[in-house]
This record gives sequence, structure tokens and C-alpha cells, in this order.
Amino acid sequence: MIRIALLVAAKDLRIERRSRVLLWQVLPFGAMALVLCGLALGPQHAGHSSAGPGLFYLVMLLVALLVINRSQVIEGSPGTKASVATLGLDPAGVFLGKALALMVELWLMGVVLLAGSVLLLHTALVGTLSALPSVLVTLAALSAAGALYGALSGGGQGPATLLPVLSFPAFAPLLIAGERSFSAALHGGALWQWWVISLVALAAYVALGILLYGVLEES
Amino acid sequence: MGSSSPVVVLRDAVVLVSGFPLLSGVNLELAAGSLSVVTGANGAGKTSLLRLLGGLAALSSGAGVVSGIDLRGGDLRELRRRVGWLGHEGSFYDDLSAYENLAFAAKALERPLSEIPTVLERVGLASRASTIARQLSAGQRRRLGLAWLLLRRPELWLLDEPYASLDEEGRTFFDQLIGDVIRGGATVVLSAHDPLRSSSLGPRTLTLAGGLVVEDRS
Amino acid sequence: MIRQLSQRLLGPVTLVLLVLTLWLGLWVTPSFEVQGNLARLVYVHPAIAWVALYVSFGTATIASALYLWRRTRSAVVDRVAHCAMEVSVVFIILTLITGSIWGRPAWGVWWAWDARLTSTAILGVFALAYLALRRANDDPELRARRGAVLALLAAINVPIIHFSVQWWKTLHQGATVFTPDHGLKIHGIQAWTLLISFIGFTLLFFWLLRARYRLEVLRDERYAASLEEALVQRRREGVR
Repeated sequence: MIRIALLVAAKDLRIERRSRVLLWQVLPFGAMALVLCGLALGPQHAGHSSAGPGLFYLVMLLVALLVINRSQVIEGSPGTKASVATLGLDPAGVFLGKALALMVELWLMGVVLLAGSVLLLHTALVGTLSALPSVLVTLAALSAAGALYGALSGGGQGPATLLPVLSFPAFAPLLIAGERSFSAALHGGALWQWWVISLVALAAYVALGILLYGVLEES
Repeated sequence: MGSSSPVVVLRDAVVLVSGFPLLSGVNLELAAGSLSVVTGANGAGKTSLLRLLGGLAALSSGAGVVSGIDLRGGDLRELRRRVGWLGHEGSFYDDLSAYENLAFAAKALERPLSEIPTVLERVGLASRASTIARQLSAGQRRRLGLAWLLLRRPELWLLDEPYASLDEEGRTFFDQLIGDVIRGGATVVLSAHDPLRSSSLGPRTLTLAGGLVVEDRS
Repeated sequence: MIRQLSQRLLGPVTLVLLVLTLWLGLWVTPSFEVQGNLARLVYVHPAIAWVALYVSFGTATIASALYLWRRTRSAVVDRVAHCAMEVSVVFIILTLITGSIWGRPAWGVWWAWDARLTSTAILGVFALAYLALRRANDDPELRARRGAVLALLAAINVPIIHFSVQWWKTLHQGATVFTPDHGLKIHGIQAWTLLISFIGFTLLFFWLLRARYRLEVLRDERYAASLEEALVQRRREGVR
């Protein structure tokens, strides 16, 4: 399982490094979304860091949708899927590999957009840096969930609108946990509950992915 | 050449997709180590038959056993490991090179990477090893698909319109390759609009129409 | 015979219990000390919420789990999962509506970002997502498998959503019926009315489930008939 996971993750990341879709399309989208958040708040409120954590995670959710969809689309045509299916890869390994690649990609996006939130939304630098561990854990949980929901939504062959419909209810508690822990890092407050939510969600999605990805593959 | 028990047995096999019967009751037996050509007009069910044999399409009703695995309730993942698929769409990752695509398959199957140059040489793509798959011509992509199969060495080869996009040299090469594969003991089923050119291989020709086998010539 | 009898009696008994709830709740039971007549919604709202979140959603989840297990996989459990989830949507919407009606005078707003309201709304979106997923797939087996997986994912999210939202914010009153040490908060005719309402709405769920299930059976029969016709047409293409 681990061997296949690393193989699949390496393949996804190699494809991404070569195609640079995330670098040239998704990252600019995320940056633009942060700018739009500032515009929506207006000049008087845009600099208030109290809105920063929530807006950061809102943008990350939108970015995550694009990254998850991309993760499924790179599996390519039905012909590619058929060829890869004949390799008989362990579905649990495929799930972990997909989730691992997603996690790396979201972490990279997250670090850049965190810098963006310091710059554009004026979240305090020290607080933002201390929020980094919780951001990474929340994005890891998002990745595990995303790998599952991406496959559930038809693996890139289904309608583009299906992924957000399916995944947003599941992403909601992660949004809450992420925003709360980021705010606690900025302004003080209890952090442990939000770490629990993110870690439990991560463990639950990893376990479910290992158990259920094979069923989704068969379908 | 092959074992005496058939490698494929289908009885009244029906394959449904979105309520439409792609196959509407196929009865078929294929011997191990044989070559069969499936012909028919567009929409006759050729691709669907190949996909069924490869465990890539579900059997909706009827019975079927391929390579000892029951198509209803058997381990289809294991069946897929035993077959090789060459589709008429792209069969690999467009953003990886020829070598990288084969390396992915080799690592998945725990085969040594040292086999890859040999396989690429065999299909005439040695000079294109580092070319991104997207940049290969249609014929070269076909050859890469064959390289993938040569690396995998499956028991059952399922080739969907393999002659498409091949020039005359490519078709001759392909005929020779299939002859070698058959002599090596594998079973080959391929689909084509026109019957196989090389009669020396003695193919059995199955004609499909309306999701049924309407003619069977040896 | 017992089964037939119980199926025949389900509708009438449900109706009787709901009418009884209405009569007792509106006219017989005394008004509440703090919220007055507004709190008579206690005979409706908690029971509907109970059915929405536990009975209906729970039935859909269990049926989905049974579908995913090969030994119990069948068209019957898939239908039960689908129909229960549809009825769940209805009850979740009713929960939110009755909750809003109660909340407006109590909190001054139709909607507040309260823990229970928010988590119920998220579960409602989950149920709608399940229905959207089923509609996006034509193939019956594909539809059933993916729906079953989503139902399980939704169920796993129930405690995560519950705790995340609860820790986030809550205006909702605490437990309505029981004290922390499992004693009863309400007594006498009020307690009996509440019990009758819970039973009545639970039976209403089963009545709706059965009605929806029958419709689904008819739909599947029509699909099977159309498949037969499609097979005949297809085979004709092969006749020369």
C-alpha cells in the first residue's frame, strides 16, 4: 500500500511539475480571489485582520476544488483509466497517493496564500506564522477528503458542478476548525478543540478512504 | 500451444450502460493461445465485448468466465491484472514521457526498469524515450501502448482497433508482433473494421451486429 | 398476515397519533411558564428533529452500509437508502422551519448561527448532495454504490459537524426533555403528549418511507420493462 501510494503521489507531482497548471492557473486564481475579498470588504474594512482567517480559508476551499478536480482530470481519458486499471493497483494505495499529492499541492498553495493574507488582508505576521501548523493539518484533512470526494464526483468525467455540491458540507467543519484555530493564533484563545476537529477529520477520511476507495474504483 | 480449457466462456452475456444494451446476449468460447478478430459496423459492440473480457465493463446478465474468473461476483481486479488493454483512445499519461509512462507501469508491477529500453527498442521508439506522450504521433502512441503490453506480458491481449493510425510499416510490424505473442502462448482478441490482413496467422473472425455475434468464421 | 395487518394499520394509527398530538398540544396541555404558548412547539419540533437526524438519516446510513457489504447488497436496501434520504430532506426542512418559527420570537431573528441550526442545515445539504449524486448517474449500480459511499461519509461527519459547530457557537436551548442526570424535565400530560408526538412522527416517517418505496418499486419495474424492450430492439439490429 505505501509503495503504491508513493508511486502514485510521485506520478501526480511529476505531472504537475511538468504541466504547471497549478502554478500558472490555480495560484493566480487564488491570489485574485484574495484581492476580490479585499474589494468586497471595501477600503475601510479590508485591512481588518479579524476577517482575514475566514477569508483565507474561503479562498483555500475554492482553490482546493480546482486542485481536486485537476487531480482527477490528470487520470485522463477512459483509455488511460483502462490501461492503469489493468495494472491492478491497490486502491488504498492509490487513494493515499492521490491524497498525499493533493496535500503537497495544497500546502504549497496555502503557504503562498498565507503570505498573500499577510500582505492583502493585514493578518499579523507572527500570528500567521504561528498558525502555520494548524493550517497544514487542516489542509491535510482537506486533501484526504478531497481525494475521496473527487473520486465520488465521477473522477473528472462527471459534471463540474457535482464536486462542490458533494464536498462543501464535508468541508464546512474543516472551514470552521481552520478559521477558529487561525483566529486563536492571531488573537489568542483556546486552540485544542480545533486541532481535535482537524485531526479527527484527517484520521476519519484516511480510514474511510482506505476502506472505500476500492468501491468507488469498481464503480 | 495453450491449455485445453477455453480462456473465455460467455453465455447470453448482456452489458448495459445507462439502460442501453451494448451487448445483447453474446455466446462465445475462445481457446487459450488463439487469435480472434472481432469485426462489425460502428456501434455493433466490438469495444464493449473487449471491455467485458477485460473486466472493464460489468456483466449485467448472463454468465461469463474469463481466465478462470467469474465475471459476476469474481475478483475483477485480479482479472484486470491478467489482461492487457490497448484502446483506441490515449492509454497513458499525456504529460509523462514514453520512458516515464513505462517506468510507472514497471514500478507498479515490480519489474526491473532495465527492461524498458529493450521494450522501446522492440517497438521502434528508442529514440523517443524522453518525448512527452502528448507530443508523439498517433502511430507512435499506438506503439507506446504496445510497449506497455510487452512490459506487462499479460495472458490475454485485448486490442481495440490496433491498426488505426498505423502506416504500412507499422501494420507489418504489428502483425509480426502479434505472431510472436501468440507463439508465446498468449491469447489475443482484437477488433478491426476490416478482417486481419495476414491470413497466415489463421485468425478466427467474429462478426458483431446489434450486440450479438452474428457470424463466426475460422 | 401480521405484516399485512400492520401495513394496513400504519396509516390510520399515524393519523390518529398526530391528531392526538395536535389536540393535546394545542388545547389540553397547560402553557409553559417562561415562553407561554410559543413553547407548544415542543410537541412538534423535537420529534421532527429526532426523526430527521436519527431515524431517517440513520435508516439511510444503515441501508447504505448494508448495500456496500456484498452479502447484504440488494436492490431492496438501495431503495430503502434512497427513499429514507429523500424523506430525511423533508424532515430536515421541517426541522429548520419549525425551529425558525420558534426562534423568531425567542431570539428575534428567523435564522441565527446557532450550533444546532447550523449543523442541521449542513446535514440537509448533505442529504441534497446525495440526491444530486444519484441524479447525476444513469447506471443503477453506479448510482447505488456512489450514493452508499456518500451516505457513509455524511454519517461520519455527523459527530464532527456536531462538535465543531457546538464549540463554535450556540444559542439553542439545552436538552429539552432530559436533565443531565437523565431525569425528566417535563411531567404529566406534557410528558405523555411529547411521547405521543415522538411515536406519531416516527410512524409518519415509516408511512412516508413505505409510500416512497412503493413508487420506487414501480419505477424500477418500468425500467426493467424498458430494458426488455431495448434488448429486443438491439437484437433486431443483428438480424440480417
